[in-house]
Amino acid sequence: MHFGPPLLHIPDGFLSVTISLFCWLITGTALSFAIARTNRTLGEKQVPLMGIMAAFIFAAQMINFPVAGGTSGHVLGAVLASILLGPWPAMIVMTAVIAVQALLFQDGGLLAMGANILNMGILPAAIGYGLYRIVLPRSRIVKLAAAGLAGWLSVIAGALSVSIQLWLSGTSQLQTVLLAMLGIHIFIGLGEALITVGALAYIFRTRPNVLSERPDKSRGGIGWIVAGLIISLVVVLLAPFASAYPDGLNRVAIDLGFMDIARGGVGIFSEYQLPFFSWSPVAQIAAGILGMLAVGTVIIFVGRALRERSNEG
Amino acid sequence: MHSDIFDRYHHSNSPLHRLDPRIKVVIAIAFILSNALLPDGAWTAYGLSFLFLLLAVIFSNLGFLFTIRRSLIALPFALAAVTVLFLPLGTPVTTFRFLFWNLTITDVGLIRFISIVIRSWLSVQMAVLLVAVTQFPDLIHALEHLHVPRIITTIIAFLYRFLFILTDEVLRLLRARKARSAGVAGRRAGGDVIWRAQVAGHMTGQLFLRSYERSDRIYNAMLSRGYTGNLRTLNPHQIHGRDLMVATLALVLVLIIQIFGYL
Repeated sequence: MHFGPPLLHIPDGFLSVTISLFCWLITGTALSFAIARTNRTLGEKQVPLMGIMAAFIFAAQMINFPVAGGTSGHVLGAVLASILLGPWPAMIVMTAVIAVQALLFQDGGLLAMGANILNMGILPAAIGYGLYRIVLPRSRIVKLAAAGLAGWLSVIAGALSVSIQLWLSGTSQLQTVLLAMLGIHIFIGLGEALITVGALAYIFRTRPNVLSERPDKSRGGIGWIVAGLIISLVVVLLAPFASAYPDGLNRVAIDLGFMDIARGGVGIFSEYQLPFFSWSPVAQIAAGILGMLAVGTVIIFVGRALRERSNEG
Repeated sequence: MHSDIFDRYHHSNSPLHRLDPRIKVVIAIAFILSNALLPDGAWTAYGLSFLFLLLAVIFSNLGFLFTIRRSLIALPFALAAVTVLFLPLGTPVTTFRFLFWNLTITDVGLIRFISIVIRSWLSVQMAVLLVAVTQFPDLIHALEHLHVPRIITTIIAFLYRFLFILTDEVLRLLRARKARSAGVAGRRAGGDVIWRAQVAGHMTGQLFLRSYERSDRIYNAMLSRGYTGNLRTLNPHQIHGRDLMVATLALVLVLIIQIFGYL
């Protein structure tokens, strides 16, 4: 049985109390907006629908496909949910999924649940809907491409966010955890992208009305584009930068006094360098190219959307 | 084939099973928070935490090994903490060669790593125990009493109810794929990875449509039975004096653990 990428579900004990509570604060704020919006725009009929959609996401995470060497890929589902249901309901649905995984299977902790919801629910839903919303008036193939890109980026955003949370909690050394998490999730993200695209293509082909009949009031417009793009850009810029220059990020965190707050009582960490691991020039270049490619793709999407807008006007 | 793996409740008539679910949730969260707050290397406090857990296990009638067996799920995540072993702080304990690197384990790093693993292991066991002695609907109801927003608890309740049905649906889809994916021994069956991912994607789309249509029928069925937007329960969930006593005792014990942790 597979229930989502295990490395994104942080168990209790790995995050410092400060970071756990800080993540709960962000998650709680986002969720209270989501709940207010959903309560206002959705009728009582939507609650059972969202409950069953949550069960759908949970079950969809069990659909896997063999990749190579006994490993298999499967979907996290947040991007799919935000495209199918809209971003606010998707956040609530993902919260329910992550809560059940934590409560029933201890897949992710209770105190760490704020961080887990942020990494696997809120960030991916914002990225997913933001990027998809840009190309909403475009042809089907462009929409699918945007959904795929969003799926890939959402997993990388989750991995980046987990790495940073672990590092700020003093559980992992930044460079190693970043390399490991991003290295794995660049590929896991491809699986997410392919399944998201496959599912959407199937729904477009067989029941195109399902996507258009949903109430648009719960969806919102330009705000999501901005939010999605900002988060995507942060991910796209921060991932290569942090991987190539972890000392830089370390410096920033210390200068801002964030490190002392984040680690609370732990306080044993001073500035440190990895004694055994240094980046080869090849890896730095590779990370750079990857970042450029991702930035380029996002810019092309933005450019297209803007041109669209000016053509209309 | 039915999926009943989702029922984590183990029926018994122990004192812990009879305790009010709200109290159980509060105690479990207090315990997990207490673990997270303990500093590195507070061995006495970890020992006391373990005794606290043991006490709870004894009161649950589930047997000593029950929580340990199920607590292994968080173990792979310990990999993420391995790097703190090599913190260049304190005095080196041992140095060894791994592939190309000379790795030095320091005492500060070692203490931190062991502390993280112990704290996590204790917390996971408490969470395991919580769902083993509390029926899931009671757990959701407790969350509702503890002011988790109603829309979230209702959705979790729906999720739990239809999880079993949709999982059966997934198992049918997987079985159908297996049945049509015949292969000759020694030759690779099916297309490349991308093709396989597309098949999985189509299955996901199919599952979505089936769930979506089902949700319509479910809503209509519920409406005709008088659904008004809230799930109700016949279980009154009253807190008795005994529950409050247990809660107070548990919180005092957690406080004592904290005091020992910072001594």
